Amino acid sequence: MFELQPFMFWLIATLTGLCAIATVISQNIVRSATWLLFTLAGTSGIFFLLGADFVGAIQLLIYVGGTMVLVVFGVMLTAQGPFINMKTSGAEWAISIVAGILLFSVLCFGTWGHFSAPQATAMDDPKDSHQAATLAQAMTGAGYGPIYKPVQRERIHYLLPFEIVSVHLLVVLIGAAYLARAKRRKGAAT
Amino acid sequence: MLDWLKDIWDNYGVYIIAVLAAKVLMFGFMMGNAIFSVWLERKVAGRIQDRLGPTRVGGKFGWLQTLADGMKLLVKEDSIPAAADQFLFRVGPYIALIGSFLAFVVLPFGDGVVAREMNIGLFFMLAVMSSEVFGIILIGYGSGSKWSLFGGMREAAQMISYEIPMAMCVLVPVIVSGSMNLGYVAKSQAGIWNWLVFHDPFTFCAFWIYFTCAMASCKRAPFDLAEAESELVAGFHTEYSGFRWLVIFMAEYGSMFAVSGIACLMFLGGWSIGIPWELTQVFETTLGLGPIGFLIGNVINVAVFIAKSWFLVFIMMWVRWTLPRLRIDQVMMMCLKYLIPISCVLMAGVSVWTLFVPYVVQQIIGWVICGVSVAALGYMVFQLVTWASATPGTAMPGMWRTTGLPGYQGAAKQS
Repeated sequence: MFELQPFMFWLIATLTGLCAIATVISQNIVRSATWLLFTLAGTSGIFFLLGADFVGAIQLLIYVGGTMVLVVFGVMLTAQGPFINMKTSGAEWAISIVAGILLFSVLCFGTWGHFSAPQATAMDDPKDSHQAATLAQAMTGAGYGPIYKPVQRERIHYLLPFEIVSVHLLVVLIGAAYLARAKRRKGAAT
Repeated sequence: MLDWLKDIWDNYGVYIIAVLAAKVLMFGFMMGNAIFSVWLERKVAGRIQDRLGPTRVGGKFGWLQTLADGMKLLVKEDSIPAAADQFLFRVGPYIALIGSFLAFVVLPFGDGVVAREMNIGLFFMLAVMSSEVFGIILIGYGSGSKWSLFGGMREAAQMISYEIPMAMCVLVPVIVSGSMNLGYVAKSQAGIWNWLVFHDPFTFCAFWIYFTCAMASCKRAPFDLAEAESELVAGFHTEYSGFRWLVIFMAEYGSMFAVSGIACLMFLGGWSIGIPWELTQVFETTLGLGPIGFLIGNVINVAVFIAKSWFLVFIMMWVRWTLPRLRIDQVMMMCLKYLIPISCVLMAGVSVWTLFVPYVVQQIIGWVICGVSVAALGYMVFQLVTWASATPGTAMPGMWRTTGLPGYQGAAKQS
């Protein structure tokens, strides 16, 4: 029996995965960003397939804009010649492979936990479900975290670290702008 | 094998045919729109700037020239510069075209004449049209030429800043109507006095600012810094020729129509011709024609919508051939120092207006804005018609003093 929904899912997922691999493999920074764009567009395609129009459109708007800024800054801040190629050293490969395997195993673990759970009644009681909703609700302080306690103060358990990470991103941005600014020596001709 | 295919056909044949038909229709409309817009662009340029070619060449009304132009682009050699990044050079135009094409997926042409009705249709259109810019940047970067790179980077800077006031201005009618569903917003504006552009002073201003930003987002003069043929040869598409160049311009004319369509749907009543009844309902139930009446009403709706959008496209061309190009710093200053603060004020203002101003006052102000605008437009049209009918006694100032061209009596009399 041919079913359209799984067929479309596997088609889009395969293409997205191939684009993700191409993102990692390609050494030219702008080509890599282009493959990243295709990957993110494929992800938004899966959102549209699931009927989550808003999340899909947000994905397109934010990540396409983000990739665009990445290209512009990546080119403007790192360009030495006409086309930029990045050389990846052996140590970087090793670190990224380890990180990738760790992330992949976390994802596998989560997926396996979801499938092996005794028929999660997701929407009725989020506390018992093994879904991303649990994490999201814990993050936004809506309650029902994994260490759920009925104390108001405890509910923002993950929100504070999340905010601190975003401030950290801001610091990184300012630092990058500081490092990349045009350096002028004292007394040098302008 | 055949059973498998038959299975697909039995279960999904209708959907597949419907989807294909919708895509073919939209793509056909995009191509037809590009051909018509190129013809219109030539004629408008010829009339406004006194160009001799478009008023004489190309058969009856010059339609043959556009066709010949299209044929030329199809058979022209598609060259790729040796210095270009092959992959990016090839893929760029198609990314731009896909961005423009996806906008048509949610653009309603009439009551229910839409490929996919989405509750966040407006937001989806803005999102996919921002990916068109990515294509332009790739074109500029991948060409391996300084002119192209300058054009692409200018486009990036311009678009990143102009998207903000554009999105904020388009939120003003969303606040008033309470929906991002384009079809719903259009249907809620039956009757010219209900058009959201006349709703209050803030939506009236938001329309003009939205239209300015829309022109900038389509890279149209006076904002065509990405092309800027007086500085950058042809800007981002300097290295392109043939079919890929055609694709770039199909995308540009497509997005011109799309942003004009948004302006129509959000501000100018969509497919309404100004009467307070929806035409499909009039033909279907009031006149009792049934489904055929619905069809007749929708044919009129689609025609009205396309005519309105093309009128806005015509205004874009009018502005392009009348105003000189701005400098890049002027373009950026205009957006960052003026348009963004103004659009913030408009958004705050319309929220306050809908919340705190009494309904009667809102109604009266809306009627006044509508009446004054229609009267001013009518007066302008009247002036235009009566003024144009007076023939000049001698050759007009600034006219080309040419002789010997066939069909040019004015010069022959003069000499």
